[in-house]
Amino acid sequence: MRLHPVGEAILLDDTGVSLGGQAILRGMGLEVSAGEVVGIAGPNGSGKTTLLRLLATLVSPDEGTGHVLGAALGSPEVFRVRPRIGLISHTPAVIGELTLRENVLHATRLAGHDPNRVDKAMRVVGLDEAAARRADAGSFGMLRRTEIARLLITEPSLLLLDEAFSGLDGDAQELIDALIARTLQREGAAVLVSHDTEHLGLRAGRVLALRSGSLVALA
Amino acid sequence: MSFWAQAMEIARIDLRVERRLGDVMRIVLPFAVVALLVFPLSLSAELATISRIGPAVFWALGILFGMQVALRQAANDRPERRDLYALLGVDPSARFVGRSISGSVLMLGFFLALLLAMIVLYTPNLPEGWPAPVSAALLLTGVGLTELGTLAGEITAGLRNRTSLASLIVAPLALPLVIGGSQTLESLARGAGILPWLLLLVATDLGLAVAGVALARPLEEASR
Repeated sequence: MRLHPVGEAILLDDTGVSLGGQAILRGMGLEVSAGEVVGIAGPNGSGKTTLLRLLATLVSPDEGTGHVLGAALGSPEVFRVRPRIGLISHTPAVIGELTLRENVLHATRLAGHDPNRVDKAMRVVGLDEAAARRADAGSFGMLRRTEIARLLITEPSLLLLDEAFSGLDGDAQELIDALIARTLQREGAAVLVSHDTEHLGLRAGRVLALRSGSLVALA
Repeated sequence: MSFWAQAMEIARIDLRVERRLGDVMRIVLPFAVVALLVFPLSLSAELATISRIGPAVFWALGILFGMQVALRQAANDRPERRDLYALLGVDPSARFVGRSISGSVLMLGFFLALLLAMIVLYTPNLPEGWPAPVSAALLLTGVGLTELGTLAGEITAGLRNRTSLASLIVAPLALPLVIGGSQTLESLARGAGILPWLLLLVATDLGLAVAGVALARPLEEASR
């Protein structure tokens, strides 16, 4: 067991998570260092999303210990590090009744960042012309770009991407690649989760497989 | 961002979303007004009776439909948005306060519009000097009902049949608000003091505010 997790972006030690009385993850061991991109592959239902939510501090472990950005999972320390975590999950986290720009602006204000950065971020992700479109009238790709714009402003130290490349065109995939690169430049880390091992292999320095709730090295 | 800045940002966005959705003013309010119309038709055509029951019908329908207004946020609150707020570092207590502010604004607008409709349809004999105390009672009842709805929404977050469960929580706990609100007008009509009823409303609002702020974080964490 590691006693000094500070310095590791992620450190899981025999960590388990149960949801609704059912063990989803068990005996998880994972170390991710600053500047590292780790890919996690697994079929549908293998617990990939739960693992990402664990790393995002949104679910707490039932067994073992875990640290994310130096904060012990399941402890009040996680509230301090949450703003340094960027998550792109299956369903885009946007408010449908707001425009794409308003969504980014709302998140920027809540996170305490400079609202003047919003328009530049919208331009970078190619949404400057669609900025006034309501999110519930936007395409999936537009909503993903909105999330990328938000993350360009909040500059997370830990990037967690759940099937984030699915359904995106080449340009949007490049934007996510650029987001990962910027995170690494800031000494951050990224964890990519997908059922597609090929695309993980292209982007991650290390790819692990999630099988029956446990992590194993990909052969 | 400070606690109050987060709360005001959430309230501002909630009101913008409501302006575009129109849940309260374009859906709940028209139904409540239709219910106001139906009551006298089903009871009596006698104008004196209709005039007498007006305030009571107003409070009954106000609370009933007001619960829908109070619970609308729970119905619209998606898990992705809750996760996003958590990862942006939003204080759950600030979210509770922000939602209570926006909900109270909507509730006050709803109550005032319904009151106006009741006055037009029922022509009640309202006591002299009623606008100020009744407005105060409406505001305090609205704030309390919104806090209760927001708190119930937090308690039931992540549960199936969330909206139904939240209604079951709100209905009995809204009793002090129903009594305080309705008795303010009743006491005014009888020439009795209204202070005890206003104090009951203030105490209920404060109790709910303290409970909401104190429980916001534990409830949010428990909902995942």
